[in-house]
Amino acid sequence: MNWGSASAFFEMGGYGLYVWGSYVVAAVLMAVEPVLVHWRHRRALRDVSRMNSGNEAES
Amino acid sequence: MNSPSLRLFTFAAPSRFYRLAGWMVPWFWAATLVLSVAGLYIGFFVAPTDATQGDAYRIIFIHVPAAWMSMLLYLVMAFWAGIGWAFNARLASMVARAIAPTGAMFTFLALWTGAIWGKPTWGAWWVWDARLTSELILLFLYLGYIALVNAIDDVRRADQAGALLALVGSINVPIIYFSVKWWNTLHQGATISMTAAPKMATTMLTAMLLMTFAFWAYAFAVVFTRTRAIVVEREAHADWVTELTRGKMHP
Repeated sequence: MNWGSASAFFEMGGYGLYVWGSYVVAAVLMAVEPVLVHWRHRRALRDVSRMNSGNEAES
Repeated sequence: MNSPSLRLFTFAAPSRFYRLAGWMVPWFWAATLVLSVAGLYIGFFVAPTDATQGDAYRIIFIHVPAAWMSMLLYLVMAFWAGIGWAFNARLASMVARAIAPTGAMFTFLALWTGAIWGKPTWGAWWVWDARLTSELILLFLYLGYIALVNAIDDVRRADQAGALLALVGSINVPIIYFSVKWWNTLHQGATISMTAAPKMATTMLTAMLLMTFAFWAYAFAVVFTRTRAIVVEREAHADWVTELTRGKMHP
């Protein structure tokens, strides 16, 4: 085990801001991108079903 | 019409890919989760503090995988864009488009983590050295590709123009890779330059490789989901897509 305490873990031997500044940005980007992609897929499916229900109403 | 190559492409029909990818995506997410938890555990709790860089070196566990993925994804994108252009394969062009945003994200991440790592170790956030500059050009190539394919209304013409840009730009990938050999760069030469004892190097390498596979699985999951979205957008008038939404509306 490298860290004696939780605060030692967050301090990262004095490099805490650098290490967590890297990891937090990575985590945020890799959490947001899948959500955006999921929304895009759902929107595409919704547009298709809306288009088709619109066609049926016309006919 | 029944040459082997044509049959191969009908097998890669968007409808088949859509179902296959939909089945595979949850498995890629599971792999991403397991690999990143294992990689982060080894990276933070097993791998020891570096003798010269202290704990700042731990940025390596996302910096190097992100940089590798940025280059790999560019080559894969250029390959499928080229296939889509040369053989008029629609799905290949859709995959190429689906890769670009994820590739750009990893490129940005490589630059961001590199800048943050550079400050404590080199004393500068950024230097115009060959490795950093060529990686920045990679980001511009991704963004240029995305802007170009979205600027042209005719979808297939946009795919072709994008393929040309992607293929010409792929010359940049070997330049990035060999930049540390060809020029005197501030960026370190070897990817894994562990001066510590072999046992330390092994745990560090293990964490880095686990994170690389985690990012790789992530890329598959996101790119496949985005390809599925693009398939639905482009094939909106196809019967099988209509059936798909009917099934969802009336389960």
